[in-house]
Amino acid sequence: MANTSSETDRLSSRFDAWRAAGRRALIPYVTAGYPRPADTVELLHGLVDAGADVIELGVPFSDPLADGPTIQRSTQAALEAGVTLEWTLDALARFRRERDASVVVFSYLNPVLAYGIERFLADAVAAGADGFLLTDLPYGCDPEFEALVEASPIPLIRLLAPTTPIDRAVAIARRARGFLYYISRTGVTGATRDLRADLATEVAALRGATDVPIAVGFGISGPEQAAWVAQVADGVVVGSALIEALDRGGIPEATSFLRTLREAIDRVR
Amino acid sequence: MSQSVVEGATRAPGRFGRFGGQYVPETLIAALEELEQVYEAARNDPSFWAELEDLLTHYVGRPTPLYRADRLGEAAGGVRVYLKREDLNHTGAHKINNTLGQVLLARRMGKRRIIAETGAGQHGVATATVCALFGLDCVVYMGAEDARRQALNVYRMELLGAEVRTVESGTRTLKDATNEAIRDWVTNVADTHYIIGSVVGPHPYPRMVRDFQAVIGKEARAQLEAAEGRLPAKVVACVGGGSNAMGIFHAFVDEPSVELIGVEAAGDGVETGRHAASLTAGRPGVLHGSYSYLLQTEDGQVAPAHSVSAGLDYPGVGPEHAYLKDVGRARYVTVTDREALDAFGTLARLEGIIPALESAHAVAYLLREGPNWVGAGPIVVCLSGRGDKDVAQVAALTGKDLAP
Repeated sequence: MANTSSETDRLSSRFDAWRAAGRRALIPYVTAGYPRPADTVELLHGLVDAGADVIELGVPFSDPLADGPTIQRSTQAALEAGVTLEWTLDALARFRRERDASVVVFSYLNPVLAYGIERFLADAVAAGADGFLLTDLPYGCDPEFEALVEASPIPLIRLLAPTTPIDRAVAIARRARGFLYYISRTGVTGATRDLRADLATEVAALRGATDVPIAVGFGISGPEQAAWVAQVADGVVVGSALIEALDRGGIPEATSFLRTLREAIDRVR
Repeated sequence: MSQSVVEGATRAPGRFGRFGGQYVPETLIAALEELEQVYEAARNDPSFWAELEDLLTHYVGRPTPLYRADRLGEAAGGVRVYLKREDLNHTGAHKINNTLGQVLLARRMGKRRIIAETGAGQHGVATATVCALFGLDCVVYMGAEDARRQALNVYRMELLGAEVRTVESGTRTLKDATNEAIRDWVTNVADTHYIIGSVVGPHPYPRMVRDFQAVIGKEARAQLEAAEGRLPAKVVACVGGGSNAMGIFHAFVDEPSVELIGVEAAGDGVETGRHAASLTAGRPGVLHGSYSYLLQTEDGQVAPAHSVSAGLDYPGVGPEHAYLKDVGRARYVTVTDREALDAFGTLARLEGIIPALESAHAVAYLLREGPNWVGAGPIVVCLSGRGDKDVAQVAALTGKDLAP
């Protein structure tokens, strides 16, 4: 649908293949350099081994206003350890030299502006990124900037919220590439016990507007919720609950937690 | 293209030149659009302004005086100076001009819960006040460091029925209080209106807050016209986020003969790095939903601001100020903590007026530069707030023990 690039990007091709095989994508979020900078490449390998299909690699920012306490804490720790956007791209490149896996670079705008937009786009592609997710660049807020990101060979992952009006959601879906990130509830990131029942209806409504895969995130805390989301969506994003597992028991705990999600969503198909 | 794409982004909504915009999480876009629509409708509705003006007259006490401060003018080297007395507003500062306007909009949107951020506490008090008046629930976010510096205002907000949530994250000041308020708004957007206290944040806030504060400049212009039959030569106001300055500048922006001077907080001195002078020493970036000058590191992390004045202790600044700076329409200068504290005492002794530490920055600049302005014509200084809230802090800073 409405790809601005004539060639299909790798992330979209992979989603096509997963969809054909009935596989739901498991999409963990981790903060670059957390818990320690030395852990990042090993953690990324561990996530792929545990069944991750796409990894969101978060660039730490001093003022993460879309994030709840768990991710705030992780980004603060990463900043204190000296992690920057440049370091993050370098870690990504090191990982990608060793592993063929899909990684989306997740960032707030200001580190990207300070780095230089064009330099960021080029360096992220060179490092092996498969997509960009810019949390404070909503659709339509800066057409020139968005056009530049959309001209990149890798997709800009668009976000949709439950508050997004349907005509706007359709417009966003038509421009979307890679996958659409549907925010499951109003609020900041963070694990919660309950997901809204309306979610299934809302995701189904989006299906009418786009063929682009839809991933759902925010508030997914365990295998049951992941399985429930996997019934309605093409992908399941997990962030804060994974960081909490890292805090409990480091990489082994995080990867075994992710494995429970993998098993839960694989039972759905 | 060597420059940032954002610099060319003039097609985007809510811009002042390349500055401003709506760089927020998707969840908030619908609420910002609703606010813009409701505000646009209200702006063109005479009954909206009639109700607001009635409240400003009978509840706030407007118009505030434009007072000719001759002893201050003498101390500033012999200039004719007028103080726009926003300190005489109900709640003690200009902040209530904006909170009243926004609470009327919240009522139009049917939102019964109000949130706000506050630095010095003046905006928090002004928000708590209008919530009491309209019977709305009110939550005010305040950095823990500011709550310590401004304990009196915390209690004042609680007396008015507001819940004050202290924020322990980050630098524990206004920036972090704003982050928490935005997080609350993202979560409770369906029934909550966020009253931003300055000309910052995503569109439409910078324009809307300016419009509600424009009454300051509108009155000052008419009052000086009545007193002297002319425009001022210079208008001086302190700039943190910049709402009192935009409010008084707006009436004069199209009068090229009027020099507009914004005074930023230099803290310990701009050269020390411990300051809050975003326009003077920052670089453009995105914070709290808009693109403007910002104190930041090489890597794009927001750098902590520093000022003796909690209300100026903010690393960003309103995007319209960024625009006025870039086009050369306004000039932005700095004053240190030390100079502001001296001016605080000077104004108290010479005129019997204790200014807010924020406003003392504007007075300090007048005292420093006044000797170069002799014969230039009348100078208007915006006295944005009163200093009662600062008395205990100034006493502590000057080594005076107030304990009984």
